[in-house]
Amino acid sequence: MALQDYVTTGNKDTRSGFGAGILELGKTNPNVVALCADLAGSLKLDDFIKAFPERYVQVGIAEANMIGIAAGLTIGGKIPFATTFANFATGRVYDQIRQSVAYSKKNVKIAASHAGLTLGEDGATHQILEDIGLMQMLPGMVVINPCDYNQTKAATIAVAEYVGPVYLRFGRPVWPIFMPDEKFVIGKAIVMNEGKDVTIFATGHLVWKSLEAARQLEAEGLSVELINIHTIKPLDEEAILRSVAKTKCAVVAEEHNRIGGLGSSIASLLAHNTPAPLEYVAVNDHFGESATPAQLMTKYGLDTVNVVEAVKKVMGRKG
Amino acid sequence: MASVEELKNIASQVRRDIVRMVNAVNSGHPGGSLGCTDFMVALYFNQMNHNKNFTMDGLGEDLFFLSNGHICPVWYSVLAHAGYFEPSELATFRKLNSRVQGHPATAEHLPGIRSAAGSLGQGLSVAIGAALAKKLNKEDKSIVYTLHGDGEFQEGQIWEALMFAPHHKVDNLIATIDYNNKQIDGDVDQVLSHRDLKAKLHEFGWDVIEVLDGNNMEAITAALADAKSRTGKGVPVFIMMHTVMGKGVDFMENEHKWHGTAPNAEQTAAALAQLPETLGDYKAG
Ligand SMILES: Cc1ncc(C[n+]2csc(CCOP(=O)(O)OP(=O)(O)O)c2C)c(N)n1
Ligand SMILES: [Mg+2]
Repeated sequence: MALQDYVTTGNKDTRSGFGAGILELGKTNPNVVALCADLAGSLKLDDFIKAFPERYVQVGIAEANMIGIAAGLTIGGKIPFATTFANFATGRVYDQIRQSVAYSKKNVKIAASHAGLTLGEDGATHQILEDIGLMQMLPGMVVINPCDYNQTKAATIAVAEYVGPVYLRFGRPVWPIFMPDEKFVIGKAIVMNEGKDVTIFATGHLVWKSLEAARQLEAEGLSVELINIHTIKPLDEEAILRSVAKTKCAVVAEEHNRIGGLGSSIASLLAHNTPAPLEYVAVNDHFGESATPAQLMTKYGLDTVNVVEAVKKVMGRKG
Repeated sequence: MASVEELKNIASQVRRDIVRMVNAVNSGHPGGSLGCTDFMVALYFNQMNHNKNFTMDGLGEDLFFLSNGHICPVWYSVLAHAGYFEPSELATFRKLNSRVQGHPATAEHLPGIRSAAGSLGQGLSVAIGAALAKKLNKEDKSIVYTLHGDGEFQEGQIWEALMFAPHHKVDNLIATIDYNNKQIDGDVDQVLSHRDLKAKLHEFGWDVIEVLDGNNMEAITAALADAKSRTGKGVPVFIMMHTVMGKGVDFMENEHKWHGTAPNAEQTAAALAQLPETLGDYKAG
């Protein structure tokens, strides 16, 4: 596929993709159980709860307990999805995830909505920009950050088939739907456009911004390779190295702190293999604040224009 | 089912194992281990319906979760004597490349262990999850047991779980607290008191049994049988088990310093002299 094949078919929040995915799982997999800490509506669990009330656990506002219960549910063959906002699903319960889930090798799926700046007006208390870093540091933890409704739905279904702990990160805002309705393959990067001048590695909501940027840059005559890194861990190292071997420079775009996220991982990978100029489109070691998602993307430098500028800058650094 | 005499014999050997294990590596937690020995022996040799041919899911059998993971020496010894692995493996406790880790772990696949513990406060939640899984697996009527420290009960997550279990009618669960009134920095009453724990548990909706002498084998077996008879009635069951930290070794009894101090060679000899070797000592590593 190439840029022109990614046609926008509608607009929906990625969390609704999760809601649709878990509803489908409810029908197809009797072991799937959902847990939530008083945010069922925000996590789009209403349909699942209505259809499968016996497989839903309302834990109340007690996230540590939720993670532990999820770990216990795996003993006996259940596939629990522990759900809440990304901040409360990671930072608040890091030690519970570390000991009861990751170290104990439990088949728990942590499904986290409202990640990043784009939850908007609730502000920095809720806008976690460190969650990818926290989760990917845990041995054995799979970290997935899908980019639109279709990919989030497909990822939700895929992680239930995978045996092992997973952190599935998605968001609140209504966002363009542009990915095909296709099977999600954990750990397999998607080359959305082939090019030879520069590679843009993008994850989550920034895939859309990068798609817009790539279209603009191609219109200006550049040849841009765009790669959708939906799985941050395990990283598709082969795809990344193959692309940079060709383009000799890259931009990483993510709705996360520039420290500890996808950018750090790709920088480390390149440094260990084929060093190349790299620029980040990410939050510059900062907390967020209250505003609309669009205003925040602009203020914190996560917009289409920022991707365009980063591409030009990194190309200028090529030898 | 073992007789009380047999249980006491096993307990004596388990206590010997505990002392020898922590002495051998000059680290570990003898105090709580010795205090909970009678409970653990009664649980595994008299009460639980369990299978030494270990499976992680434990379908159709009773499960046990140790939440105060630091007292794992007692658990390891009990598991070994119950046939989960050879007692000789106890000699690898806390050593490089061992399955017998400093705190319980699943990563090395030691049979009998279903969750890591060590960071306090997490086991009740995990046990609740396992109990809910049994309910979802409709034919599984077995029981989930946990053990906690009383210092551990200062952790907030415990209270989240205490609130959850009665609300959700998790009645296939028996939680026990090692009520020794000791923790690292001193008496629980002094460090941070639970005040009237029994009243709190009642108020939270638990069915509470109090065992005044949790180091008396008759009392503990009776309490465990009583607790079992109270399961399946819509409420979770709680055992407030008064014990003596360091029980069985006179100079360790009721001394919080023995929470996590290993006896030296001389102290070990003095301790072992008080504990008859009943089943044979495991071979030192
Ligand atoms: C979350 C957490 N905080 C602190 C510790 C360190 N720690 C280990 S045991 C312990 C005291 C526990 O007291 P109690 O539960 O009464 O056990 P006992 O001393 O009676 O064996 C502490 C503070 C820990 N393991 N986990
Ligand atoms: Mg204590």
